[in-house]
Amino acid sequence: MPFIPHTEEEVVAMLGTIGASDINDLFDEIPRDLLIKDLDGVPDALNEMEIKRLMQDRAALDIGAKCFIGAGAYEHHIPAAVWDIATRGEFYSAYTPYQAEASQGTLQTIYEYQTMVTSLTGLDVSNASLYDGASGLAEAALMAVRANRKSKSRRVLLTAGVNHTYEKVACAIAGSQGLEFERMPLDIETGKSDVSVLDEQGDPPVAVVIQQPSFLGTYEDADAITNWAHANGALVIAVVNPVSLAVLKPPGQWGEAGADIAGGEGQPLGIPMSSGGPYFGIMTCKEKIVRQMPGRIVGRTTDLDGNPGFTLTLQAREQHIRRSKATSNICTNQGLMVTAATIHMSLLGLEGLAAVALRSQVQTAKLVDLLTSIDGVTAAFSTPHFHEAVIRLNQPVGPVLDALAEQDILGGYDLTTDFPELGNALLICATETKTDDDLESYVKALANVLAK
Amino acid sequence: MGEPLIFEHSRAGRRAFAQAPLSTNEDNIPQSLRRTDTPTLPAVSELQLVRHFTRLSQRNFSIDTQFYPLGSCTMKYNPRACNSLALLPGFAGRHPLGPESHGQGYLACMFELQEMLQSVTGMKAVSLTPMAGAQGELAGVAMIRAYHVANGDDGRNEIIVPDAAHGTNPATATMCGCTVREIPTGADGDVDIEALKEVVGPNTAGIMLTNPSTLGVFERRITEIAKIVHDAGGLLYYDGANLNAILGKVRPGDMGFDVIHLNLHKTFSTPHGGGGPGSGAVGVGERLKPFLPIPVVGKQESAGETKFCWLSEEDIPQSIGRLSGFMGNAGVLIRAYVYMRMVGKDGMKRIAEFATLNANYLQQCLKDAGFQLAFPTRRASHEFIVTLKGEAKTMNVTAMDFAKALLDKGFHAPTTYFPLLVPECLLIEPTETETKDSVDRFVDALIAIKEEAMMDADKVKGAPYSLPVRRLDDVKAARQLDLAWRPKA
Repeated sequence: MPFIPHTEEEVVAMLGTIGASDINDLFDEIPRDLLIKDLDGVPDALNEMEIKRLMQDRAALDIGAKCFIGAGAYEHHIPAAVWDIATRGEFYSAYTPYQAEASQGTLQTIYEYQTMVTSLTGLDVSNASLYDGASGLAEAALMAVRANRKSKSRRVLLTAGVNHTYEKVACAIAGSQGLEFERMPLDIETGKSDVSVLDEQGDPPVAVVIQQPSFLGTYEDADAITNWAHANGALVIAVVNPVSLAVLKPPGQWGEAGADIAGGEGQPLGIPMSSGGPYFGIMTCKEKIVRQMPGRIVGRTTDLDGNPGFTLTLQAREQHIRRSKATSNICTNQGLMVTAATIHMSLLGLEGLAAVALRSQVQTAKLVDLLTSIDGVTAAFSTPHFHEAVIRLNQPVGPVLDALAEQDILGGYDLTTDFPELGNALLICATETKTDDDLESYVKALANVLAK
Repeated sequence: MGEPLIFEHSRAGRRAFAQAPLSTNEDNIPQSLRRTDTPTLPAVSELQLVRHFTRLSQRNFSIDTQFYPLGSCTMKYNPRACNSLALLPGFAGRHPLGPESHGQGYLACMFELQEMLQSVTGMKAVSLTPMAGAQGELAGVAMIRAYHVANGDDGRNEIIVPDAAHGTNPATATMCGCTVREIPTGADGDVDIEALKEVVGPNTAGIMLTNPSTLGVFERRITEIAKIVHDAGGLLYYDGANLNAILGKVRPGDMGFDVIHLNLHKTFSTPHGGGGPGSGAVGVGERLKPFLPIPVVGKQESAGETKFCWLSEEDIPQSIGRLSGFMGNAGVLIRAYVYMRMVGKDGMKRIAEFATLNANYLQQCLKDAGFQLAFPTRRASHEFIVTLKGEAKTMNVTAMDFAKALLDKGFHAPTTYFPLLVPECLLIEPTETETKDSVDRFVDALIAIKEEAMMDADKVKGAPYSLPVRRLDDVKAARQLDLAWRPKA
């Protein structure tokens, strides 16, 4: 019996203790007519060798392409030590550290994570993670409404370059509590938000969301937008890429007062792309609004003997205490991903993380230069970009991407649906994992496809 | 002696050079956008790092090192193959927005996982996107609301929740813009049917139930409850936290539930990871199919060829929408898929049988040893409740004290003080993967603690003594917030 250790003798002895003659007797409180005989939708068991063969065959179908897609998930080198340690059974098979004395390893790791991630965002406090960057925006918006009691508005203003999927997710999660999301127009020359509309606003929004770098790889005028928001009684929510923060000005230093909440997708910190998850959502904020923060938080304290130790704290915000009045329904978060990210950040250090950010920027810039040397390809914007950039093709993007995929080049993210105002636009990304030869192979393939 | 913080191992100028790319100054990031301060990341060698985090790991209890009978959390063994196969480069390295042509292996697994989950739950369709149980709950209640709104029944915004429910149930209802109506539990552990009849009405959106309930007993009048709620125009939501108890024996779909979430990190043995990631797949009956969260995996057959594809906004236009940046916790889903294939058709019901056998055996042993059961006339499901209110009264030793003393004896504590309506309770769930021997040793440990408490209550109240730290000052933690380390100026 897979994973069940009982011997026949033990079963007999245990039933004897219980006073039952058969295991089925233990189900005698279940109405008879509800019991089922068979599960026809589940195949017969495979042993480990058989399932390994099946999974290897299937994984082999999905491998071998060179990936130039970013759009919220990024291929970075993950040092071997990261998952080697994160999958140690003591981390992998532990649960939420409710029994603090028996969970100091997980708790100290989260405390170290909170230190690193708040330091990157330039804010005071962090929680122990949310599910991912997209759902994190929904939680941040709900938190902003709770924290900004002076505002009557339920409208959240997004910069033009906020990931469209994040907006959809935020609507699905926070929409039923009356939040509305509205997007600033895009300046199609610069790829940045058109800030001139800010002065045409009627009632100011409850919060402004600034994604930096934007989904299009460009840089918003984060200082000016932050100052406008604060002058108009709105909170500022930053959506950031943690790798970029090794180099870029942190949200806590935007404008005069800094962003109030900063979050984003944690995946670039040592998490495999893995078809979209599990990743983790970063959430940090100013200390004065920490009691509105959702999710678990770890604090350092002392034990009965006065020695330092770690424990979950401020739990009165959470669902297991506050029930229907909790800050969120979140319970399980993405603990193991935070463990991996903490190991990853520690191993790279600031210099290593900055090198990843800069190398990625340089490789993407090279790719843009090479691709725009092809007839029919132009750069969409003249402004600087981080490690993603938009190029424009002289023909529809979809069929071009299909043709590239046939040559095992995943050429980027088609922007036609999300940003129709940009025409035949394609979002490309080259991280530090792409060599100059990789870039050349993309250029060659695209030149061939466009020449047909 | 504690393990220093990683920052205390750090020395400026040290680095794990081989693990990051060479730096460059050829970038074109404008000076005005750069940061000028130095964030607090450590500077350590790879060996220092490996030692630090290995030592930290050793300061944890885990399933791999200890019996972990945490009620309602299903801390069963997490098979190694599930992890190693999910990390195959073809799966771990796949970009979520990669084309379907480069994802047929992954999509095939996901399609089959949907089919298997449909079969074990008795539902009509499954979406795998919710990233944890609580997000599955959110999806479920949002679907119930969407169904009523689509029927022009906007006023139905009350969610009925038994008082024994997980805290996530009422918190979810609030997040979905609903109000919560709580109903009491009868003395036998079943829902108070008369109270239910009183609260249902034209405003009822639905009821959220866990069955077996968090009290560790099967809700015997479930069919009657389903009828009452359906007759009132409401729908039934099944919280799948306790599905392990009935897997392959009874199905929520057959009990009359309209929507269910599963905790794949409980029933289907994906790791708990120190607090996640989970996965909260949802299953629905016919009525809620149009509202499933997207994306869902579909199958196309043409000219003898099978192709798997994503179903999204265009295919499911009434969907409640997207809940994650991509398609949920894909890597967790792969682990659950491997587990289900290894357990197979016959193995599913064995899970429920042996989880129930272990729980009833442990319950009987503790009863025989003089511990008081919360529901002594009932069968245990896969878990049960001991109440220590007698011990608390006579010896002044609480459930918390027993929990901490268990840690000294090498056992993780059961869930304490939940459900809230049973005083001084331990909610105990052994799971099917524990041997009789480890269950016996756990019984011996509880008996020994009780004896120690009779001799010297203060000693038990001071436990634990053998762990990295003794009891922690939670009040200080909340009053003098220390949530991040900062270098001395």
